[in-house]
Amino acid sequence: MAADKTNIVENNELPVAMIDVATSFADWLIILPTTIALMGAALLIMLRFNKAIQAGLAILIVIGIIILEIRLFLNVMEFGTQSMTMGKWLPPFGISFTVDVISIGFALAGAIVTLAVLIYAQADISSREVKYGFHSLVLLLLAGVTGAFMTGDLFNLYVWFEVMLIASFGLIIMGGRKIQLDGAIKYGFLNFLATTFFLISLGLIYGLFGTLNMADISQVSAQAPIGPLTAIGALLLLAFGMKGAAFPVNAWLPASYHTPHPAVSALFGGLLTKVGAYALLRSLLLIMPSARDFLDPVITFLAIATLILAPLGALAQTNLRRAIGFLLIGGVGSVLVGLGVPTIRGVAGASIYIFHSMLTISALYLMAGLIERIMGTQDTRKMGGLYSASSWLSILFLVLVFAVAGLPPFLGFWPKLLLIEASLSQGDVWLVVALVLNSLLTTIAGTRLWAHIFWRAGPIGENSEQQNKKLKPLTLREKYLCVTPTTILVLFIVFFGLKPAMIFDAGRMAAYGLLDKSEYVEVTGLADPTKEKVE
Amino acid sequence: MEIALAVLIGMFFTVSIYLLLSRAIIRMLLGIAILGNGVNLLIFTAGRLTKEIPPIIPMGQETLIEPFANPLPQALILTAIVIGFALFTFLLVLGYRAYQELDADDTDTMRLAEPERAPRPPLSY
Repeated sequence: MAADKTNIVENNELPVAMIDVATSFADWLIILPTTIALMGAALLIMLRFNKAIQAGLAILIVIGIIILEIRLFLNVMEFGTQSMTMGKWLPPFGISFTVDVISIGFALAGAIVTLAVLIYAQADISSREVKYGFHSLVLLLLAGVTGAFMTGDLFNLYVWFEVMLIASFGLIIMGGRKIQLDGAIKYGFLNFLATTFFLISLGLIYGLFGTLNMADISQVSAQAPIGPLTAIGALLLLAFGMKGAAFPVNAWLPASYHTPHPAVSALFGGLLTKVGAYALLRSLLLIMPSARDFLDPVITFLAIATLILAPLGALAQTNLRRAIGFLLIGGVGSVLVGLGVPTIRGVAGASIYIFHSMLTISALYLMAGLIERIMGTQDTRKMGGLYSASSWLSILFLVLVFAVAGLPPFLGFWPKLLLIEASLSQGDVWLVVALVLNSLLTTIAGTRLWAHIFWRAGPIGENSEQQNKKLKPLTLREKYLCVTPTTILVLFIVFFGLKPAMIFDAGRMAAYGLLDKSEYVEVTGLADPTKEKVE
Repeated sequence: MEIALAVLIGMFFTVSIYLLLSRAIIRMLLGIAILGNGVNLLIFTAGRLTKEIPPIIPMGQETLIEPFANPLPQALILTAIVIGFALFTFLLVLGYRAYQELDADDTDTMRLAEPERAPRPPLSY
């Protein structure tokens, strides 16, 4: 909500710059999820020798965050975009947290994924890793992700990116196996480089506009000279494309995401690349649409290349989690399609796709963890015969494959439909071809994984019709802690696939929020025509 | 003065990109460190170079009197330095651990996560 300016004492001819009233309780709701996650992380570090209460406390904190975010989501759906400015300075001086549908929708999905991962992780990590601060790093990651989704200031976004990065560094090497060090080197260097590119563009933005407040920049970006603006837009596309693992800067993802614990892979797959995709939508659609228009052919090309090359990579893989990594990259291509056709339908499609991908990819990685646990290997050539051991897992996996490929009636179908409609209405036939090809190739890659892992009786070259005897059945504890959260995520995907009306409404509102900046600017309190622009 | 600094930033970027393209982890680390400094200089220059007068409102005045140093780029750079320092330290330790464990400083020999002779894709369906 805009700061209440009625109580502010006018100071001669100086423009109003301070908030003199206390922040209302409703406004606190905007900052609480991030704050609670940060303070929870700090609390868990202090209690790190008390291993027994770590997991319970972390799960309670995340449940609390989910409840607050549901409340905030309902508020935003009812009353529209909300904003809160910290530190008494009015924007553009104070840092605002501005929450619209897209922010809170993604934050909520992220918190749900984190809860599922936390429960799953109880059977996945050792008690030594609990002492090393696994739970507090997860909460720190959640704080970074939530802050990145909600902040209304570009430099603040950079800070949240770094919070996420340092937490993910800690998580990716947790366990300390050699392969993890190898993956962490590539992950670390390339992601640090991506955030540095983002920092470079921030310096240029500050030089060009003299402000870093998103709403403030969006008001003046249309009048800026197109040369520097396009350079900044291209730098942002590179930085966030690298974060989101779009072609051709995606190589770090399949090199690292299969090395940590499956629970950590699921957390990364569900949260980290999605923040990059979100930042692309936010910066190039809301903040500087004229730079996007100039970069349109580049974005279209990148979308097509990512859509087609990623599932081909998945087809060539024999490592289960690396194959899933490539499927994840293909999803980033779909988001780029939405960026390439900035209509209500296109942007709604991209937003819903990110939401879908958060749930689906996390569930797929959790599933991969279960399969590796039973098979004792990551190599799909050595797998087989899981269907007779656990038909329930085979159903879950098949649902996830169909969802990620975009087949009805699962959640993945609807955003693809919106994206194809949007591309057709814009006359971008090649985008439609790429989207359909992506679905086809993803179906082939995914169902082949399913056939190899579940359908055939044993590993490759073994023609026995006997059941695979090398399987290690799940213990009861693993069934409760690992299969339950995976099943719940899959149920979400099925539920939203069958009842897409709510998702469509939210997606359309998210797209309006990104394409029409007036509401976003207004709630930060910058659109007041009587207030002159402060330099 | 801006032009001189722009040239200097360009040199920083050139050196750091050259070092980052190397296969040796230790050179890449040096490249990251130099790149960070280049970016900080860039933010500093983008905030416009002014006289080194602290931005403090004099007694009896209500606004700042020109000229004064722009405090915002300094705040941004300070944040970036702190964050960059933390991440650089982590990468330094990570590089050392990788050298101990994998006995490799050359990224070409770090092929555990992505095996060099990758298995052929499965042919069956």
